[in-house]
Amino acid sequence: SFLRRSHSEFQEKTTEWTCRMKSKEIPTAALVLGVNVTDHDLTFRSLSEVLQNNITPYIAFLEAKDCPGVKKLMQKLMGQLMNCYVDVDSSEDEDYVQVSHNRIRCSMTSLINWYESVTKKTDSETPSKKRTSSSRHWQSPPVVVVFKDMESFSTKVLQDFIVISSQHIHELPLVLIFGIATSPMIIHSLLPHSVSSLLCIELFQSLSCKDHLSTIIDKLLLRASFPFKLGEKVLQVLINIFLYHDFSVQNFVKGFQLCIVEHFCSQPVSVLCCQLVDAKKRETTQKLLEDLHVYHENYLSVLRCLHVFTSFLPKYPLGKQIRELHCACLENQVWETEEYESSLQLARMLNKSDLVTMLQQCVEIFVSSSGKEFDNTVEKLKEFLTQFQKLEAEAFQEQDVSVSSQKELQKKTDLYHLQKTLLELKESRRYKKLTKFEMLRFDVVDYIDSLVRNYLVPANHKTLHEIAYFNTASVLREHLNAAPRIALHTALNNPYRYLKNQELKSDEGSISNKAPDICIVYKLHLECGRLINLVDWLEAFSTVVMAAEGPNADAASSDQVDDIIHARFIRAVSELELLGFIKPSKQKTDHVARLTWGGC
Amino acid sequence: DLFKHIQNQIGKSIKVQKNKTQLMVGVKRFVKKLENISDDEAQEILEEKNYVAALGLCTQDPMGNGSSVSGGEVYSFQTPKRSSKMAELASELAQTPGQSVAPDHSECPEKTAKAPQSSKRSSSDKVQQRNKKKEFVSTTPYRLRKRLTAPDPYLESESEYSASCSEEDEEDQKEVSTVLSGQKTPAKTKAASTPPPRNTLAKKNKNKMCEGMFSDNKLSQTLHDLLKKAPLAYAAEIKELNQQHERLFSKWMLQLHLGFNIVLYGLGSKRDLLEKFRISALQESVHLVVNGYFPSITLRSILNSITEDVLNHIGTFRSPPDQLEFIIKRFKEDSSLELYVLIHNLDSQMLRGERSQQILAQLSSVPSIYLIASIDHINAPLLWDQAKLSLYNWLWYETTTFSPYVEETSYENSLLVQQSGSLALSSLTHVLRSLTLNARGIFRLLAQYQLENKDNPSYPGLSFQDFYQQCREAFLVNSDLTLRAQLTEFRDHKLIRTKRGADGVEYLLIPVDDSTLADFLEKEDEDL
Repeated sequence: SFLRRSHSEFQEKTTEWTCRMKSKEIPTAALVLGVNVTDHDLTFRSLSEVLQNNITPYIAFLEAKDCPGVKKLMQKLMGQLMNCYVDVDSSEDEDYVQVSHNRIRCSMTSLINWYESVTKKTDSETPSKKRTSSSRHWQSPPVVVVFKDMESFSTKVLQDFIVISSQHIHELPLVLIFGIATSPMIIHSLLPHSVSSLLCIELFQSLSCKDHLSTIIDKLLLRASFPFKLGEKVLQVLINIFLYHDFSVQNFVKGFQLCIVEHFCSQPVSVLCCQLVDAKKRETTQKLLEDLHVYHENYLSVLRCLHVFTSFLPKYPLGKQIRELHCACLENQVWETEEYESSLQLARMLNKSDLVTMLQQCVEIFVSSSGKEFDNTVEKLKEFLTQFQKLEAEAFQEQDVSVSSQKELQKKTDLYHLQKTLLELKESRRYKKLTKFEMLRFDVVDYIDSLVRNYLVPANHKTLHEIAYFNTASVLREHLNAAPRIALHTALNNPYRYLKNQELKSDEGSISNKAPDICIVYKLHLECGRLINLVDWLEAFSTVVMAAEGPNADAASSDQVDDIIHARFIRAVSELELLGFIKPSKQKTDHVARLTWGGC
Repeated sequence: DLFKHIQNQIGKSIKVQKNKTQLMVGVKRFVKKLENISDDEAQEILEEKNYVAALGLCTQDPMGNGSSVSGGEVYSFQTPKRSSKMAELASELAQTPGQSVAPDHSECPEKTAKAPQSSKRSSSDKVQQRNKKKEFVSTTPYRLRKRLTAPDPYLESESEYSASCSEEDEEDQKEVSTVLSGQKTPAKTKAASTPPPRNTLAKKNKNKMCEGMFSDNKLSQTLHDLLKKAPLAYAAEIKELNQQHERLFSKWMLQLHLGFNIVLYGLGSKRDLLEKFRISALQESVHLVVNGYFPSITLRSILNSITEDVLNHIGTFRSPPDQLEFIIKRFKEDSSLELYVLIHNLDSQMLRGERSQQILAQLSSVPSIYLIASIDHINAPLLWDQAKLSLYNWLWYETTTFSPYVEETSYENSLLVQQSGSLALSSLTHVLRSLTLNARGIFRLLAQYQLENKDNPSYPGLSFQDFYQQCREAFLVNSDLTLRAQLTEFRDHKLIRTKRGADGVEYLLIPVDDSTLADFLEKEDEDL
């Protein structure tokens, strides 16, 4: 549900563009959505909602996997259009439409016929109904066809469809929307010029997934009103999954949901993690909780303020995004880090106009924040601002002075004197002006520094931070970013990790001969090349097992024992096959092929 | 009889009836359990209990996580292996606790069995090794002689090493040979032959594949019996391990209800664990158990059991996507419908396909369908791309159980079955008996021709044209179209395989080993 919010921008956008889609050619919108394919569904859903509400009831979504050929595409298209027609009309003869769409030969002409009948029907309907529909939709609503994943459609299908539909554009007002994950160039590489010239393409760039992430973080994590917070490690894990695995905002939200679940499941004190109003009912913890809450409010404001500064600095020593800064602050005392030091140094070199705008932004942040302690801060910042203004005025005056001195200069003709006075002038001016400005700038930076030291204390230094902060990153990684292969590897190589039996304890890299059968068989097969002789394998296995069972078992070495070992071997080998380590080989009889390299 | 394996247990709330009734629908072989839940409140109470129980649960994983293993260890490069390494390691392992190795088991009678094929095989290997011989002759004559008597199975890897490592290798070889000398040679002969005791064991597995079709599963029973005699190692520890996993049940329930789906991974059969979960948590609700490892499970059968038994819909669908659409629609319409789907081995052969995974993923994304599945294959995670992963919405749980894969491997077309011919004799006759006399004649012709050529190692199969000619002469077909139609039927039953030769000619082969084929012809002669 939070994701919806981030997609709201699209809705505004869509209203604009559909108005523009009027042309002799097929109006086409190329929607560049970025690589986070999994998030596209939501975008399309909100898009269809908007279209449905404002422009047309006739929308069809096509996916490449449903459309291997033009025929299939047309079928799908007609099916969707006719169904949505049924929805709009809410007619009782659903069966009729169902039957007809199965039987009708799916062609463009039948589609046109359908369209005409539908539009006529709406015209001939009762006036009251007509008015409502016409107020919502256009007179002749266009049919919107959305290609969700344009890149995966086969070129031929797309070309044919476009060519065919361009012939009928006058009878059937068609609008195409291409969902594109890579770059808009793909349209031209997919479609030859003769086809793409039939389209009137308008390009729309959606926000990058990074921006969506920032919105979410901003709206969820950096809000005092939302009591649940993520610890530094957890946030880092989530962001890493996002940046290095999928770029999927949806997955980020999923991770966040899991955090909430885990937090409330595993942390007994999490019952106190709720809105402050509710928390007030409990008396003993009330004070501490309030402290924590106040801390959050202050923390966030100062964080934003610091972000205003750091995001302006060259090279971004503390990161460009506020989330990076947030992480840094959560991790440990930020003012002790090198990055902070260097960013302060850089801040002392900012020019005046930047500094002033930043200060103004900070004032805005503090004014809008709900914290009560910031009145003084706002005062102080405003004072800085007035001082800057004063400085400006002074500088102006100085300008006048310098102008006058220049006039004096013109009078003098002596070259030596001229030079000397120029130098003097320059030096004095710089000295005077810079000191004043610099002093002020130092003051500002120092003040910000003091704010940081006061308020940006890492959360785990606070009492009761466990209530609001979820910190077990390992759980998260385990469940979201699991490594099944490593688990198998560990189980096979080091069974002691799971089976706590002293006999299984062994050094790293080696394995006890008392290990479970499958481990022994696995370990033996690691020593083989690409093909494994089953009989050798069995020999080796029985050697190990016999030794493990000890001499007394040997004494009873009868057929039966051998059969049992044989059976155990068969079981272990077929288990390995199930796990995908080996497969039967056709190359040689009584051999199996290894499917893995090296260690696992 | 496939439905037998999709146990569908349906709990329905019947307000009128108070007593529990168990209804067996024998015809369909469905196990339908009609249990009365007083009403939805009970469900809610259950959920609440789960929630409270989950609250008390501490997430500190007692086992830690397996992430301590570095990637380099798991995904290392291929290294050339020496043939003796395995035996070497075996003896090493055998000696570790200071116990002496017992070489006497090589005396077992079964290993003395020698088959005529062995000599043939070693001679062909000899040819291949001859060029290498020159290289080694000067340094290690002993070793070579040994190689020749015991033909080396690892020719591929063998060719990779240079003479430089051969000396070191020789030392190893001698070391090992002291331990293994007694058993090595007879063992090798066994490799090439198919001695009787081994064969029976292979057959045991073979018959399991056709279990259900044929009545004599006496042999498969013996394997089980044998395994039962062998005590399960570390039973106590495994039990402990399982109990740890069982503590997660309430948490799973909670998370399933919150819209996540759960996937279990890790070594060992997860069947029992899921079964326990089913018994302890899902008794009162509608659920569907899918045994993915069953070799003839299909997507359609899964979907059918949902539409027919959960939704009580009678009728067929044109395609799985249509069926899926119907299911999704029904679940959307009726918010009181809830379904738990348990899939053992979501990564099995039959469900591995892209299309089935897509459909299952879409199914699992329905809010009121809760999926809990297990995977075993090392490459199983590769099944899913980003789109499917987001549909599945997995939460991963490591549940290493170390339990043997009893059920899972018993159905599998196990490698030991395929080793001895992919079709058993019994299934061969069974299929053929259902065909027309002419069709059987056609197959006989092919089988006879193949047997005549059994001594030709490079026999490519019978070309289609020749085969057609022969069939015409025997008055079995009147046009090549009828023959083609017949061959298609054979191919569908996996009785024959076609291969295109280098010259583009189609060659026909029966993928059954010669002895089975001879047995088959013998039997056929008896029948006629």
